[in-house]
Amino acid sequence: MKKQITISVNGEKHTLEVEPRELLVHVIREKLRLTGTHIGCDTTSCGACTVLLNGKSIKSCTVLAIQADGKEVSTVEGLATAEGLHPLQEGFKENHGLHCGFCTPGMLMRAVELLEHNDNPTEEEIRWGIAGNLCRCTGYNNIVKAIQYASAKMRGEETPSTEPEFV
Amino acid sequence: MIPATFDYAAPASLEEAFSLLEQHGDEAKILAGGHSLIPMMKLRFASPEFLIDINNIPGLAHIKEEDGYLKIGALAREADLEHSELIRSKYPIFMDATKLIADPQVRNMGTVGGNIAHGDAANDHPAVMMALRAEVVISSAEGQRTVPIDEFFYGFYMTAVQPNEILTEIRIPVPGAGTGNAYHKMERKVGDYATAGVAVQLTLDGDGVCTYAGIGLTNVNPVPLRAARSEEVLVGHKLDEERIELAGQYASEDCNPSTDLRGDEEYKRAMVKVLTKRMINKAIERAKS
Amino acid sequence: MGHSLKRKEDARFIQGKGHYVDDIQLPGMLHMDIVRSPYAYAKIKSINAEEALKIPGVIAVVTGKDLEKYNLHWMPTLMSDTQMVLPTDTVMYQAQEVAAVIATDRYAARDGKEAVMVEYEPMKPVIDPYKSLDPDAPVLRTDKEGKKDNHIWHWEVGDKEATEKLFNEAEVVVKEQMHIPRIHVSSIETCGCVADYDKINNHLTMYMTTQAPHAIRTVIALVAGHVGLTEEKVRVVSPDIGGGFGGKVPVYPGYVIAIAVSFLVGKPVKWVEDRSENLQADSFARDYHITAEMAGTKDGKILGTRFKILADHGYTDAAANPSKFPTGMFSIGTGSYDYQTTFMEADAVYTNKPPGGVAYRCSFRVTEAVHAIERITDRFALEIGKDPAQLRMENFIKKEDFPWKSPTGWEYDSGDYHAGLKKAMEVVGYDELRKEQAEKRKRGELMGIGISTFTEIVGAGPSKDFDILGIKMFDSAEIRVHPTGKAIARFGTKSQGQGHETTYAQIIAEELGIPAEHIQVEEGDTDTAPYGLGTYASRSTPTAGAAAAVAARKLRDKARKIAAYLLEVSEDDLEWEPGKFFVKGAPEKSKTIQEIVFAAYTNHPQGMEAGFEATHYYDPPNLTFPSGAYICVVDVDKDTGEIKVRRFVAIDDCGNIINPMIVQGQVHGGLTQGIAPAMYEELVYDEDGNILNGTFMDYLVPTAVESPSWETGHTVTPSPHHPIGAKGVGESPTVGAPPAIANAIVDALAPYGITHLDIPITPYKVWKALREKGAN
Repeated sequence: MKKQITISVNGEKHTLEVEPRELLVHVIREKLRLTGTHIGCDTTSCGACTVLLNGKSIKSCTVLAIQADGKEVSTVEGLATAEGLHPLQEGFKENHGLHCGFCTPGMLMRAVELLEHNDNPTEEEIRWGIAGNLCRCTGYNNIVKAIQYASAKMRGEETPSTEPEFV
Repeated sequence: MIPATFDYAAPASLEEAFSLLEQHGDEAKILAGGHSLIPMMKLRFASPEFLIDINNIPGLAHIKEEDGYLKIGALAREADLEHSELIRSKYPIFMDATKLIADPQVRNMGTVGGNIAHGDAANDHPAVMMALRAEVVISSAEGQRTVPIDEFFYGFYMTAVQPNEILTEIRIPVPGAGTGNAYHKMERKVGDYATAGVAVQLTLDGDGVCTYAGIGLTNVNPVPLRAARSEEVLVGHKLDEERIELAGQYASEDCNPSTDLRGDEEYKRAMVKVLTKRMINKAIERAKS
Repeated sequence: MGHSLKRKEDARFIQGKGHYVDDIQLPGMLHMDIVRSPYAYAKIKSINAEEALKIPGVIAVVTGKDLEKYNLHWMPTLMSDTQMVLPTDTVMYQAQEVAAVIATDRYAARDGKEAVMVEYEPMKPVIDPYKSLDPDAPVLRTDKEGKKDNHIWHWEVGDKEATEKLFNEAEVVVKEQMHIPRIHVSSIETCGCVADYDKINNHLTMYMTTQAPHAIRTVIALVAGHVGLTEEKVRVVSPDIGGGFGGKVPVYPGYVIAIAVSFLVGKPVKWVEDRSENLQADSFARDYHITAEMAGTKDGKILGTRFKILADHGYTDAAANPSKFPTGMFSIGTGSYDYQTTFMEADAVYTNKPPGGVAYRCSFRVTEAVHAIERITDRFALEIGKDPAQLRMENFIKKEDFPWKSPTGWEYDSGDYHAGLKKAMEVVGYDELRKEQAEKRKRGELMGIGISTFTEIVGAGPSKDFDILGIKMFDSAEIRVHPTGKAIARFGTKSQGQGHETTYAQIIAEELGIPAEHIQVEEGDTDTAPYGLGTYASRSTPTAGAAAAVAARKLRDKARKIAAYLLEVSEDDLEWEPGKFFVKGAPEKSKTIQEIVFAAYTNHPQGMEAGFEATHYYDPPNLTFPSGAYICVVDVDKDTGEIKVRRFVAIDDCGNIINPMIVQGQVHGGLTQGIAPAMYEELVYDEDGNILNGTFMDYLVPTAVESPSWETGHTVTPSPHHPIGAKGVGESPTVGAPPAIANAIVDALAPYGITHLDIPITPYKVWKALREKGAN
């Protein structure tokens, strides 16, 4: 019952045989060996598996690989370019927006789309914008800061200070 | 969590989809956003033998006003509503509701049609559609039929959509001047199903008399519920505090919530009352502006 | 020190190159899925694997009877109780492991799990811990010979008689019954492993999500030594860990089954739990029922406390506490206050719930203790009508009274509680807030201000008192500096996100003058790292961090000798500044650390050992006692019970700070894990032992929307006994935040005569309480 699909992942085309029930996240991780995309729950709650499907952030644990047939998938491995890190990656590093790193790829991919819809989001908009991504380590303060940093950088403005406000 | 085995097709037209439905009958399920269905399949609460993915069928993703209706195609995503200029400017109730549905990634996949077709009183759009007196367009090989939202929900996960049919569009009468609407649900945390949710749409005439009232309730009844007595108490009157109080009271009496981790029956009834009053006031405010 | 160096480990995490257990794929690797019990208490009548074995790809179904043949069906817990690996006849909680399905891929394993038919005979479970002690309650642990009840242990500390006398005579006595709910750490990565047994070489490599790889290796050798897996034949590798918080300290049955299967079939076996399995079966935290009492004078002097605990451990005591301390460090519960009379006692019982009693970002039961003392202190303030900040200021142990002997036997190393609270009050604008509150109360609006001024106890610990399964709780560092002056340092701890690769490098950089970017830090591989007890209970900086400093100082001593030789002066003529030794009075005559290290390999003095390496096993002389002053401001919607945390100010004192950015990050994260049990999280069971919220749909881990924007700050009171004066911080906020939040909410509701609410305090609970008082 396997079917042939072709998906483009980070710009590279892959033709694969899949069972219809295979989840996109498993194909990305186990067949394409792009293990930056993670699995953190079974109920579409945590967002660790977030990737872009035709530019929209989705939870790849709740999408069948066969649904991605003919579509473009972007994962964290495709974020940095020859020129260097994506502003979001830089923002997370500079602002300590990660601890264990497990939720980070999903958080980054979600933030990519968030900034596409809104290039200068408020703290409130960022918090609602990442409401589908759980982080257990950081308490979110520095993730908000990291996204603000990236948004400033992408707008060509001066980036805010990365020193901790630890009075 | 992994679904059981099934077969799959992604037809390119409604006709093809109908023929697949014909072929597979009860064993087939329609896949639109898939964000109710796939989680249930992963947990193996549902194990359909065949999935008919309708995402490749053109002409089902529209959000537009036409012939006096706001028409939402079966493949319009929650995120499409959020980002639609038409919705942002004229239908604030959908902005209220979509923000509270799951999370951004789920809204990128989840469809408005699916939210209704799932037949779950815990979903948010059924109450909104009841407040707006929507109609549901259901299609099959035999043609199209239109079902008023009040007659759409049969029971838990059961709707007017028959095994050979597909929900293809939702139609909402374009509200007249002096109309305001609002939705809110109480949730334990963002993206949760409602502890209680209330959708309200009101039309006020020049003298402030209510000429239309629609009130729908989320997750406080076995099937999505329209608070008919509450609507009646408002229509034909100026909306003073006493009437609004009464509307809230009736809604809290007429629903039938069940006790769960979100709260007991008494609490949920009380929340229906509070939210009904608050949403009426918000709708009035919007109607006036 | 004190420099917010950006983290060295981040480059891989932000580019998807972290390496977690589920990323491991070995040739021929099999996958394991686990059949679990739908009942909380039942006899297993039969297990039929026939249909499962027909599924293509399914290779084997393993049951307790199979493991029994190798005497692997039971294993010890960290508290020297026993736990089933797989049951042979009885299941003791819902979601308990019943059989394991082994298959060539995870899809087949999952299908196999569905197809295994188990026939059960359900029995009436014991769920309520109070009923567990009823004389007619069924005895659950029939495997224990002669066991006649469900009581596990009794513990007490303090002076019972003196405390009774004090309470009988005191002017004011307040009392509240509290439940610190059963919660779950829910690291975003669940638990898992790849067990890779090599038959030819009789060698096991165990890749697993563990916070304590060395201890695990020893436990494996103790459990499986009799089948040939002795300790030199076992290598435990803990790769990148996606959050631990205590949940990755225990040995879970899944790990042992994977090892057993790999051992039997000679192929690698991967097991990674689903989230629901993780929530429903892995170790819980907390679940203490506490009766808390405080005695004092009418004008606000705290005279004594009394705490009585009932601990619900589930079907076995699988807590992760030091051996001598069945209630962990609960005896820190006398708090930050200067009084000398207390009595604490605890009894633990078995119930038909999952085992555990691990931390949840908390040092051994400190959260339970701090909640009890900080809540009852507020209750006392409410009773006598004194401002809770004022009451605390009047009762704090004074800065000059440290080291301070607590009535339960601890010696608090240092603290300045007045300074912390004063700073928190200034930052939050306490006096203004109280005025605003008074105004609002006149209008019937509900606003609350809550304080928590806690003392933590971390850094276990001195070996005279602290061990786990007999292994002393020291920790270790090994530093090797290569000829070109670059170093690798290895540790017995294991970061799960705490940033060890950065902070340890900074400590060594500080001591040796080698730039932090030239120091590679490695942890988690028992073949290479020195032995240590791992990372939990905020112990890494207090123990392994100290070991790093001491090992580096050993190297500095050697460097001095080499420098003296190279400069042809006596050692006493040399002075150190970070990075070089120079001759006193002649700073131009100097040798950099890099030159000295090079000489250690190329030109070392005759008679001196060549090379530049040092190892240190650090056995702390005392624990460290971080503290904090937290203030929370809430607004409560009277009609719906909804609570909005408007402000939260956290002032922490963790002694000297190595990296402020990382310390602040730890505080942020800990605060969110503080609001979680305070307002959202609790594992709920019905009377049949069914878990009612075993997925992330209903177990409410806070998102960025629920989590407030935290305001953080610090005071610095160095630890006098720690080599660099640091104290540890990872858990302070999780410990300190819940009572601040609970106190704020109760303060908001106080005008209606509400004196206590159990956490998690939900809108529903608030509304109910107000309802009972006729407020809505």
